[in-house]
Amino acid sequence: MEKKQKAVITVVGKDTVGIIAKVCTYLSEQGINVLDISQTIVQDFFNMMMIVDLGNATKSLGDIQADLDALGEEIGVDIKCQREEIFEKMHRI
Amino acid sequence: MVNIFEVNETNKMVEQENLDVRTITIGISLLDCIDSDLDKLNEKVYNKITTVAKDLAKVGAEIEADYCIPIVNKRISVTPIAMIGAAACKSPEDYVTLAKTMDRAAAKVGANLIGGYSALVSKGMTTGDEMLIRSIPMALTQTERVCSSVNLASTKTGINMDAVRLMGEILLEVAELSKDRDSVDCMKLVVFCNAPDDNPFMAGAFHGVTEADAIINVGVSGPGVVKTALESVRGESFEVLCETIKKTAFKVTRVGQLVAQEASKRLGIPFGIIDLSLAPTPAIGDSVADILCEIGLEYAGAPGTTAALAMLNDQVKKGGVMASSYVGGLSGAFIPVSEDQGMINSVEAGAITLEKLEAMTCVCSVGLDMIAIPGDTPATTISGMIADEMALGMVNQKTTAARLIPVIGKGVGDTVEFGGLFGYAPIMPVNKYSCADFINREGRIPAPIHSFKN
Repeated sequence: MEKKQKAVITVVGKDTVGIIAKVCTYLSEQGINVLDISQTIVQDFFNMMMIVDLGNATKSLGDIQADLDALGEEIGVDIKCQREEIFEKMHRI
Repeated sequence: MVNIFEVNETNKMVEQENLDVRTITIGISLLDCIDSDLDKLNEKVYNKITTVAKDLAKVGAEIEADYCIPIVNKRISVTPIAMIGAAACKSPEDYVTLAKTMDRAAAKVGANLIGGYSALVSKGMTTGDEMLIRSIPMALTQTERVCSSVNLASTKTGINMDAVRLMGEILLEVAELSKDRDSVDCMKLVVFCNAPDDNPFMAGAFHGVTEADAIINVGVSGPGVVKTALESVRGESFEVLCETIKKTAFKVTRVGQLVAQEASKRLGIPFGIIDLSLAPTPAIGDSVADILCEIGLEYAGAPGTTAALAMLNDQVKKGGVMASSYVGGLSGAFIPVSEDQGMINSVEAGAITLEKLEAMTCVCSVGLDMIAIPGDTPATTISGMIADEMALGMVNQKTTAARLIPVIGKGVGDTVEFGGLFGYAPIMPVNKYSCADFINREGRIPAPIHSFKN
């Protein structure tokens, strides 16, 4: 098995039907495994974080970021994909 | 695994509080380029810089994208050029050719700035040192990205007053040559006491002779993050205040540490140090002065400012030290005037004076930084201001610096615009009384005694 390469995807925007479905469909097409999902809605604002494994992804992180940007625009939300270490480093000793 | 609140906190720091990595600086030793033939020397310097730093801009952009963290500057520092050129340069004009070569090399690899057009003269000047210093006005006017620094004093050697006198004159020459642009070239020149070998920040970065062949140094920033964190502890005790600053500094520094390690790995160049400085920009919410106000001052410069700054500086270090395996450079809070909107507000309100700024430099990193003064200030007065700053560093065993901008043709009440990250500054009044007879004495001020501390 390939080494795990964790990334964090955040989706922020106005709540609407099918956000998780559309994002997850894209991820499964790219061979990206979802390790953890958490989600909240604050005053109609949708806020989701996913931890995913890019170890078996067919595309590079740069391309995935570009695809997710386009997908976000289509749904009307803001989608970011970042490598996980920045959060680990900042919040774990 | 990290949770949604931690992820949101980090992203908020970047998106709303101006958290960024201020600079990735590659230090490059040019000692192996030394040649007595000036053309060969220039060729070797160009080749070495463009080879070692060839991927700097590309790797910087990759790291930015991977972590969604802005890296504002990609820079280069080199061995002090006074040494590198000493065997080949027979005139100040010869040194200028090296400045132009540095400029070309930096442009080629996409570096924003290149530092190291420097001389270390804390005890005495060699012929090469003096030629380099005399070439600074030409070099800064004829190049775009080259930054220059001169170390004039140290705790171990005292203050080289001959060099201090010379630098007062040189600074006015730099100002004169760029007078059609509000003397902006002066901001590319800084003088030091106890200059660090591994500082990644400009204009003072150079690659010290005690360093390895090439090294990555990283400077983080984040005054806005500290300010926002402190908003949640208004009215609390000093203990709570200090804990909050420490924790925030830890988080900010961890980002720098990650970026430094990643840059080191991807460029194949060893990691040197993280510089723990709180470096402001003119952007709203990216100000060190605003932190002082949040701590409880009406304006930076009010009574209590020195104590508040001393505390802030110390807590930033205490929090940051644990976040990184190697800390160095200037590490502390920067208090430049033009680059900090809160400081500009203080000057405009008449809340802060040059004398108070001088006091503040006793307890934080660097010194009188980015301060615009009237263009008719005499060279000896500028040298006097430099000498005062050098004395503070020498006696207190710390780095101090002066980056003054005498704006030719302007006086108190006028404002100068430096552009971009460098901001703007109201011209500050300078004490009118003369120190000419003091500055015109020859020689040096001896090193201070290291006992009987009072």
